[in-house]
Order: sequence, then structure tokens, then C-alpha cells
Amino acid sequence: MTAEPLRLDRLELSLHFRCTFPENPTNRRLRMQKVFTVFFVSILCLTTVVMAQKESTAFINAKIIPIVGQPIDDGVLVVQGGRIIAVGDRKSVKVPADARIVNAAGKVIMPGLIDSHSHIGDGSGADGSAPIQPDVRIFDGINPRAGSLQRAQTGGITTVNVMPGSGHLDSGQTLYLKLRDDAIKVEDLLIYRPDGSYFGGIKFANGTNPIRPGGGTFPGTRAKSAALVREQFIKAQDYREKIRKAAGDASKMPTRDLAMEALVEVLDGKRVVHFHTHRHDDILTVLRLKQEFGFRLVLQHVSEAWKVADEIAKAKVPSSIIMIEAPGGKLETMDVSMTNGAALEKAGALAGFHTDDQITDSRWFLRSAALAVRFGMSREKALYGMTMANAIMLDLADRIGSLETGKDADFIVLSGDPLSVYTHVEQTWVEGKLVFDRSRPEDYLIAVGGFGAGSDRVFDLDCFDGDVYGGGK
Amino acid sequence: MKFFYLAAFFILTGANLALAQIAVKGEKIWTMAGEPIVNGVVLIKDGKIEAVGTQSEIKIPAGYKVVNAKVVTPGLIDARTVIGLNGYLNQPHDQMALDGSTPIQPELRAIDAYDAQEKLVEWVRGFGVTTLHTGHQPSALVPGQTMIVKTTGRNVEEDTLVQTAAVAVTLGNSGLNQGKSPGTRAKQISMLRAELIKAQGARPDAARDLKTEIWKKVLAKEIPLLINAEKAIDIMSALRIAKEFKIRIIIDGGSEADQLIKEIKEAGVSVIVHPTMARPGGDRESLSLETAGKLKAAGITVAIQSGYEGYVPKTRVVLFEAAMAAGNGMKWSDALAAITIDAARILGIDGKVGSIAIGKDADLAMYDGDPFEFTSHCTGTMINGSLVSEVIR
Repeated sequence: MTAEPLRLDRLELSLHFRCTFPENPTNRRLRMQKVFTVFFVSILCLTTVVMAQKESTAFINAKIIPIVGQPIDDGVLVVQGGRIIAVGDRKSVKVPADARIVNAAGKVIMPGLIDSHSHIGDGSGADGSAPIQPDVRIFDGINPRAGSLQRAQTGGITTVNVMPGSGHLDSGQTLYLKLRDDAIKVEDLLIYRPDGSYFGGIKFANGTNPIRPGGGTFPGTRAKSAALVREQFIKAQDYREKIRKAAGDASKMPTRDLAMEALVEVLDGKRVVHFHTHRHDDILTVLRLKQEFGFRLVLQHVSEAWKVADEIAKAKVPSSIIMIEAPGGKLETMDVSMTNGAALEKAGALAGFHTDDQITDSRWFLRSAALAVRFGMSREKALYGMTMANAIMLDLADRIGSLETGKDADFIVLSGDPLSVYTHVEQTWVEGKLVFDRSRPEDYLIAVGGFGAGSDRVFDLDCFDGDVYGGGK
Repeated sequence: MKFFYLAAFFILTGANLALAQIAVKGEKIWTMAGEPIVNGVVLIKDGKIEAVGTQSEIKIPAGYKVVNAKVVTPGLIDARTVIGLNGYLNQPHDQMALDGSTPIQPELRAIDAYDAQEKLVEWVRGFGVTTLHTGHQPSALVPGQTMIVKTTGRNVEEDTLVQTAAVAVTLGNSGLNQGKSPGTRAKQISMLRAELIKAQGARPDAARDLKTEIWKKVLAKEIPLLINAEKAIDIMSALRIAKEFKIRIIIDGGSEADQLIKEIKEAGVSVIVHPTMARPGGDRESLSLETAGKLKAAGITVAIQSGYEGYVPKTRVVLFEAAMAAGNGMKWSDALAAITIDAARILGIDGKVGSIAIGKDADLAMYDGDPFEFTSHCTGTMINGSLVSEVIR
């Protein structure tokens, strides 16, 4: 119940902003009329949404793949207030008498997909000034109106880890975002902890991407890359020790250092390291660093996972892998294999998938699971890798990743088998709100492409059909 | 794993030795020359298709090696790629599809740059691709020639079907020359017209000139221009060039071709559509998953390409690109035609490949289910009656 007022606060705020017009001094009177109209319509909108939040919705007759637990043929999913309040077969679930009923016969419902590595949202991270920049936050560089966020919704993605690039040993802090609709600021997409802080990790990379021979402070070799990272973590250990010794006495605290503060979060296990790494030797270097400094880790890309799957499993480190349909593209991915998922599964390691959008397109993220199955992974683990495995990697397993009572109502409605090329994502729901509906022409355009599909999101008032630009479109 | 490769090696060698006579039995055979055959058989003799029909109609003669498959299709044709000129490592030494010294180089032959043993050739062969239309990449106004080659992977001399298939042309942003000419779309067309006009006026007794020689063949309609044009404005420019010089052209890319269906049809031009899953952006901002299907439904001959990729993936697989079209409104058999018989028609090689018909090359792809499902596997690829791939991919 605590989450609900919060959500409404944000909604009111968002509506306020949404009803603001671009300046147009020549048309002031008309504009004022429109402001009143929009204000009135907004109140209607708000009322409707509030009702929607209280009312429960039951999806019946669906095939439900809850991910945790067996698929349910005659399934019922009931959501209310942005949460799942019941899921099971027709016999076991009691649908509330006042629930809105959605007949999902012939459809497949599964949890919203989680992308554990993406570059949607026009994010930016570190600049060229140094190879290690833990102080830089992608938080400060996300465009919440970016068209790429909407494209990801059409692919059934509801949660995403947006990261800065791999051209640095550390390019900064990442963000875990919910792909809610109508965001006007990055805060509208964040996932909050009870203490008010928001979820995110930090991006590291090794191998050739951060290496810049003759690049000043940047490393020229793999050994130098590792040494530079170790040096920073040792500095962070010292910084943390100073804080510990200060024991709350402000006069004894070290001078604030944004980079060190972020790395202390890493050392304390509060911020997971997402480590871009391709080659087998680079993967082992990452595991060695983890052993030395004890940070929590997700291996990212892991192109040669198949060569060191047992070592990865032994280190109990999860991998976020990418499915690329051909080897190469650069030297250190010459041995990338579509069998990585199968190899990690066989070794008993946790494996999830990512798009690395735009390396692969968020709109057909499910294809990654299908290709992994083609190359030997089990269907169960492949679908787990699209959802629950990634939720675990992002520390969000208690909220998302499966269809279970009490979890966020993040789910997708599919026209058929999630791994079939003929299946479409028909609807994407985030926290009980429909954010993508293939039957809406404007949503269909984004899913399929065509004129205007590449544009960033424009103002879109669900129940206001007027000209919000004041000057005509 | 080693044993597997060893076994595959012996099977391949064995098959090559026993090239003479093979019977491929398929639960379903998509001949692309009529309705699919259920429980069919293809008889192969000396590398050519000898007979095709149902297993009840056709008796397998004694001495024929029998190969079983669930689904059989013609060997796939990738109607536009750069594989073999560009390699998988993406390093300067294996990127040969573009010479940036000057924007107009129609004399650059693809056969002088094609590496038959490139890893990507083997890679796509494992998905059932048997024929490539490959060549210089669409990154200069006239980057060079294209060729047609089987993916056998021996050497360019043995594998080549057509030495010069087309002269590639790039219109729009990809064909601009940074800081030099052509620097605008209008300049591109001006430069291209000037080249063709110059060739028209070349005297027969003039000294040999490689550029003029190839342009003469274009003007004589011996070779088409393969014009990469994504935006409608560029497609219209391509159609105008074809009309002005009375030459054959093929549209390559065609992101906005669905906006010009009437014009393209009237011009009698075919389109080799961009990879279905190509990234939207730049001149391809408005591309759609449905373009190939729309063009075909309107009566335009359409092929689907793997295209040119500058990074990752270093190549796309045309099987997946056609599959995605089939999953987005293109008729299933039209999508398969776009990587078999229709691709062959556009490239002018349909007398030899592209369908399973008597007398054609015995190029076959075999699958363990619907070829378009991402979870199906290619179980074998045959070129000229030889099993050239038996990896399960």
C-alpha cells in the first residue's frame, strides 16, 4: 500500500508537465483556452487512472508461463494496484467479483522481459578525459522521451539496465529502468528502494575496447588495464578505511570524492559491477579482480563463455550473454559462439540475455532465447534467461522476473509460442498499465517500422485528442 | 567434438567421391517450381537434378546414396552481400569491399578480391546458403563490381557462376565522399550521368580504358547497375537514370520502395530489399519489416539480402531475414522465393539455380523443421550434388 500514493504523486506531477505548452506569444488567448481544456481533461484522466488502480483485472483462458513454476494451460492472472494478486489455473484462482475480465484465449502470458545490458535512452557516460570514471552517472544523460525506449516496449521489455559504453575501463554508473509510459524525466523510470535510493550498477570493461595505444592516461595493454583498475580499488579501500575510522565524526571524514564514493558502494556490495568482457583470458582476469576485491559481479557479453564455462560456474558469477548471428566483427569476438547459453547451462552457471541495443534490436529480444535454444539451451533456461535470471543479476528478483503473487504486474501478452518467429508481442504491461498495444496504430508503427517510427516520443494525452502544440502539426 | 568433425570430414569426402548419384528424400520438399511435395524425393546425377516428385511416383534406382531430410528447399541465394570480399575479423587485411581512393571505380572486379575460404562463407553455407551475389560495398558512388558465386569454399575460379554480375552504385548519404565530391545527392547524379555520357561518346578505336569497357557493357544492357537507394528520392533518381540511358537497373535496399510501388512497377524494376532486421537510421530511418511483403504482393519481383555490415554481426544470415519477413505479413512461399527462385530471377541465374527442377544444379538445403523457425536447424547443404555442410546449425 505504500507504493500506491507515491505512484499517484508522480502521476499528478507528470500530468502537470504534460499540459504545458511551448511558448507561442502570438496565440495567447487560444493557448489559455487550451490550458483550461487540458486541465479539465487531466482531471478526468486522473480520475480514470485512480479507478484503474483500485480495480482488479483478471486475464483468463491464457496459457501462462510464470517462469517460476510450470506453465499453466488454462491460466488466470489477476492484477490490482500495479501488482499481481493471483496467478494459477482456473480452478485454483478465485477471480474477484468486481474484476474487469480480459479473455486471453489463445494467448500466452509471461513476465515482462528484462534486458540486462542495453544502450537505449540516448544515455551517455564517461568522456575522453580518463579511463576510469566511476563518478559519472548515466542518470544525468538519459532522454526519457527517446524513441528507443518505446521500441523496447514493443519487444516486451519492461525493465532494462541502461549502461554507458565499453570504451573505458570504467565508463560510469548504470541505471535499472522500468519502461513506464509518459515519462518526462528520468525519475519517472527509476526503480526505488524503500530508503529512497534507486537501483543501478557500474560499468567496467576489459579487452581491446578501452585500450588506446598512445592514448595518454588510457591503457595500452591488457596487463596495464588490470593494473589501473586494481590501483583504483586499492584507493577506494583506503577511502573506505578513512570513513570507517572517522566513525561518524564529520571533522575526520575524508574530503568528498565522487569517484571514491561510487567505488566504496561497489566494495560494500551495494553496486554490482557489470563487466564487459569477451575473450576467455579476459573473463578469467575479471574473476581474478573479483576475488581480490570481493565486488559483486555480472559478466557482460562473455563471448568465449563456452571456453571457460566451468570456471565461471565455479566462481558462482552470473553471465549476461548476447546472441549474434555470425562470428567476428572484431578480433576478440572471432570465437563468439551461439552455444554460450547451452555451455553455461550445462556448467550450472546462471545465464541471462541482453540486447546491447542497437547491436541487437530490442523489438525482437525474444529471438535471442530462440537462437540459444537452436544451439542447445533448454527452452526453460532460455526463457528463464530472458526474465528471472536477469532479475537476479539486477537484485530485483523479489519484484520482477516471474509471475508470482505480490510481484509487480509486469507482463506481456503474446500471440503464441514465445520462441516462434510468427509470434508477436501483442501487449506489454508495466505495473498494471498497458504501455504497448499492437492493435493501436501508433504502437504498431513503432513495432514494425515505417515513416515516423524513428521519431522520439511526442506528447500523447490518452484522453485528449487536441492539438497540444498550439501551432498545429 | 573432434570425433564429430572427423566423421563429418569423412562423410563429406565420401560424398564427394560418390558425387555421381544421390537420392534426397524429404517429408516436405519446397521445389519453388510448383506446389510443395509431401514425402518427396529428388534424384541427383552428376551434380544435376535428374528427377523430382513423390516417393510413390519416383523409384530410387539401385546404387543411389539416400540422404534423408525433414524439409528440403532449393539452396538459398543471398541476393546482396559482401561476404568473401569482407571477412569476419573486420581488420584492414580482410576488408576488401571498398577502395576509398576515388568515388567512381566500376573497373574493380569482385573476383579479384573474393576469398572462397573466408569463415563467413562457411558460416552461411551451414544455414543452407549455396549462392552469393557478393561484391563491393555500398559506401561510394561507384564502389566496383559484384559477382555471383557458389559457397562451396574451394577457390574463386571453381566456385564462380558469373564473374561480373552488376556494377554497384550508391545513392544517398552512404555514397557521399566526405569533404570531396560527390558531396550532395544532386552531385551524385551529375557525376554518374557524366560517366555514362562519356562512355556513350567513346570512340571504338580509342585506347583501352577499363572504366569505359565496363560502362559500355552497362549501356549495352549486358550488365545491370545495382543501385543502392534507400530513400524515395534516391529510388526516383535511380529510375530516372535507367530511363535516360535505357539501361537495366536493380534497386538495392529500397527502404522507402513501398512509397513508389506504381513507379517501380511501371519501370519494370526489381528490388533486392534491405535485410528485414536492418537497423533503422540514416537513410534507412523509415524502413519496415513489411516492405518486402508489400512489394511482392503488388507484383514486384523481390529478393531479400543480408547486405553490408560494418561491425557486429559482420554478416546477417539471409535465412533469418526472410523468416522475419514471413513473420511480418509476407506470404510464406513469397519469403522463401525471395531467397531462392525470385533472387535467381533478379540475378538472371534462374536457368541454373533457385528451384528444384530437372536439369538445374543440385543445390539443396535441408532442415529439421520449418526453415523459418529460429529454433529449427539446417541439417545439410548440398552444392552441385555434393554435401558441402553437415554441421547441425
